Amino acid sequence: MAGALAAIADPAVRGAFREWLLRTADDELVIGHRHSEWTGFGPDIESDVAMSSIAQEEIGHARVFYEQIGPDDGSTPDQLAFGRSPREYRHAALLEHENGGWEFSIVRLALYEPFEAGRLRLLGASGHEPVAGLARTLAREERYHGLFAETWLARLTKAAVEDRGRVQRALDEAWPDALGLLETTPADDLLRAAGVLGETPAAARAAWEDAVRPILTGCGLAIPRAAAREGGRRGAHGPEFEQMLMQMTEVRRSDPEAQW
Amino acid sequence: MTTTSLPPHATALEEAVWDVLRTIQDPELPIAITDLGLVRDVTIAAGRVAVRLVPTWTGCPALVVIGDRVRDALQAVPGVKHASVEYTYDEPWTVARMTLEGRARLQSHGVSVPQCRFAEPPVCPYCGSHDVTVDSLFGPTLCRATYLCRSCRNPFERFKPPAEP
Repeated sequence: MAGALAAIADPAVRGAFREWLLRTADDELVIGHRHSEWTGFGPDIESDVAMSSIAQEEIGHARVFYEQIGPDDGSTPDQLAFGRSPREYRHAALLEHENGGWEFSIVRLALYEPFEAGRLRLLGASGHEPVAGLARTLAREERYHGLFAETWLARLTKAAVEDRGRVQRALDEAWPDALGLLETTPADDLLRAAGVLGETPAAARAAWEDAVRPILTGCGLAIPRAAAREGGRRGAHGPEFEQMLMQMTEVRRSDPEAQW
Repeated sequence: MTTTSLPPHATALEEAVWDVLRTIQDPELPIAITDLGLVRDVTIAAGRVAVRLVPTWTGCPALVVIGDRVRDALQAVPGVKHASVEYTYDEPWTVARMTLEGRARLQSHGVSVPQCRFAEPPVCPYCGSHDVTVDSLFGPTLCRATYLCRSCRNPFERFKPPAEP
């Protein structure tokens, strides 16, 4: 398979598209890993299975995006997923934070899924096969993750008043990093100029807020006003990610050439 | 030549290849991959067979197993010099790809299958009642949700296709 990048002749555009795909794959890998940490610890058996399934799907999605990037420089999905230094990852900080309480994981999922839906819409309209077809396929799968988050958010906020307070605190905590999902780099400008991605940063943010607002206000939550905290798209990550990466790559580092 | 099912005037090799594909079971469902609708197309040229499969769920851990099973089985067909398998995403898998035989088989194993959309009212595979309640959208595999029937009191599973746009 030649991957999605081979068909792009301009090396600058190819590099920018690579960065976009890497960002997408890294987001899915990192949130998938955090979700997987709920396996065995979910609040009930159904939610435990659900979060584990969502984790499995996100990591599967990361794999197919890494497969699109790999042929460009000869790297395998495993090398891309596990063989880089922390600064080479391009995920948003929101996704690397430790799970904390169930309410934080649910708030994070509820904020991330509308962003992911918007991004897949954009990739689906990029005209670049096979990524566009892949994005249209994945959008169908992601829908269930959003439903799960919305159902749980409603359940948590309809309980006692102090429970809604906990959810609001989790939302206030997550908000600046959630805005960081929308962080752009020169790659975004380049792809827009080249006609690959047809949405301005302002339009992307408006679409995300339009999707998120009714979910949150419908649960009686107040939309925070804090400004975005950025850096993840440029490789700036915190100690929580370094720890996570060490744990995630522990077995692989013991024998990087092993065949599984 | 590329075929999406066994053509009416198939060559002996095309017939042998499609016969073999019909024997390959999904590891997580009691159903052949041809009944599930996983085979997008088969291209045969000078003894080289290239199969394109379309996954039901992209993150499904069975994909590698299925791919290996297909390749190994085809490699063993007399006249096949080389077999390759690739997953394709140009068009999403939908429940319309599942054959009637496949649906009946899942039904008899207690897995209800939607006619065409997940959003349509679920039916209990044991008693046919519509008086059912969803237990969880995430069941024992990525492609199954769990339900309870209020009429016959049986728990059951329902095939969960990726959501319609």
